[in-house]
Amino acid sequence: MLTAAVIAIVVTMFLALLRAMAGPSLYDRILAVNMFGTKTVLFIAVVGFLMGRPMFLDIALVYALMNFISVIAILRFFEYDKRGEINHDR
Amino acid sequence: MTDNVLWIDILSGILVLSGSFFCFSGAVGLHRFPDFFTRMHAASVTDTLGAGLVLSGLMLQAGFSLVTLKLLFILLFLLITGPASSHAMAKAALHSGRKPLGEHIRIDIPAMSREDDSSGGVKSKP
Amino acid sequence: MLSGIYGLLSASLFVVLDAVDVAFTEAAVGAGISTILMLTTLAITGRYELSRPSIRTRIGLLLVLVIGVLLIYGTLGMPYFGMPENPANGHVAAYYLENTEQQIGIPNYVTAVLASYRGFDTFGELVVVFTAGVAVLALLPHSRDGFVVDDMQPMKHHLILRITSKLLLPFILLFALYVQFHGDFGPGGGFQAGVIFAAAIILYSMLYGLENAMQVISFPVIRFCAALGVLLYGSVGIVSMLKGGNFLDYSVLLETPVAGQHLGILLIEFGVGLTVAAVMVCVFFTFTGSVVSPAKSARVVAARDGEKTQGAP
Repeated sequence: MLTAAVIAIVVTMFLALLRAMAGPSLYDRILAVNMFGTKTVLFIAVVGFLMGRPMFLDIALVYALMNFISVIAILRFFEYDKRGEINHDR
Repeated sequence: MTDNVLWIDILSGILVLSGSFFCFSGAVGLHRFPDFFTRMHAASVTDTLGAGLVLSGLMLQAGFSLVTLKLLFILLFLLITGPASSHAMAKAALHSGRKPLGEHIRIDIPAMSREDDSSGGVKSKP
Repeated sequence: MLSGIYGLLSASLFVVLDAVDVAFTEAAVGAGISTILMLTTLAITGRYELSRPSIRTRIGLLLVLVIGVLLIYGTLGMPYFGMPENPANGHVAAYYLENTEQQIGIPNYVTAVLASYRGFDTFGELVVVFTAGVAVLALLPHSRDGFVVDDMQPMKHHLILRITSKLLLPFILLFALYVQFHGDFGPGGGFQAGVIFAAAIILYSMLYGLENAMQVISFPVIRFCAALGVLLYGSVGIVSMLKGGNFLDYSVLLETPVAGQHLGILLIEFGVGLTVAAVMVCVFFTFTGSVVSPAKSARVVAARDGEKTQGAP
């Protein structure tokens, strides 16, 4: 059962990765990267259970945090240019 | 007693498997949907429902311990940050001039942070 | 942006290989901080590169390809994965695994190796981090008491993001402390905790602007903390020398060797965390805010205001 969950999550990660590479617009890519990150959190949690090492949950927590922060960083980087002006043309 | 354990196992199995199903369907949606906003709809399903179901299934497996608490923290964190970042992404995309599909959608985009920014954003769609 | 995915992927790989601590570090550093610092670097240098296809870029590409092929060729000479006679299984690893229990007495062997057996190496790593921070300060313009021009506007219109992050920040800081002091028992330690701590501060300064973040932690305090961490680490070594042991030999710090090891590891992990966090925040602040003299900053602000009132972009 957990193995099935791992397989489903890996397939999901793969599809998200494809969308991140193919995504026609910038925001599609950001969306796919975000989804990839949350699926990695799930993947680490489930694999930790599968291998009987629940220590991995700390890593999953760090991942969830870092994913959130880097998505914000990417958004603010593409929304503002260097002078702090709001970037309209992208 | 063993009956009880068996039921918990079955329940957590159902939860984990349905969570994986939602993850997978969201990933398919990410590929099949036509534009950014509909794709976002698909992706946020995996963030909230998929992650929530999988993590609560794992919680049932873990029993009552520190592991359950950590899983609960992860779940809460994902449930708080997922919608927040989705909202931020949608807002950024909308302000960059991208419009949702649809015939009769009328969006008024408020000016962004600067007061004098009169030409900011796309105004509306008839 | 794809580098973030690279970090995620390699951390998943470490998880599969059962290397908890390495996966932890990769999660914090590779996926989080390096992406953020990369983006801020791009924001300084400009987003678009002048495209000039010259012979030099071709030579560079060729060189990279050749080196890549050579590296892949080099991996063929490495021993196969998981063989019992591999070097990793032969030398000192068995000694560490057998003796950590009674010599140091903490359950996480990785921390024992990192902080005690290889304490000198870790000291070197810490000095490298500190030197990187000093180099950034030396290269980029800043001054001791200059006025900070905030190149980074707060994200005022992302109200939901701001409120959510404000809710989460105390828990992130608490989690960083947990990772810091839990390093003896589970995965974690100074490096990871420092990065998480720095990430929390970077999150705050991204959403609320640099000036607000500087009111929380001012720039001189950061520089002081960066130096203090290295100083703490080094002075633990000096004290253990004064007490009659070798440099960074914690066994002589207290009455029993095990208690001394505990105290020493706790102290140096704290030093590592302090320096790593301070250097990360320092690099981020120097990258995003340009510090210039008061007169020039007044000119810049006036010019920006003038542009603003002139209006329509």
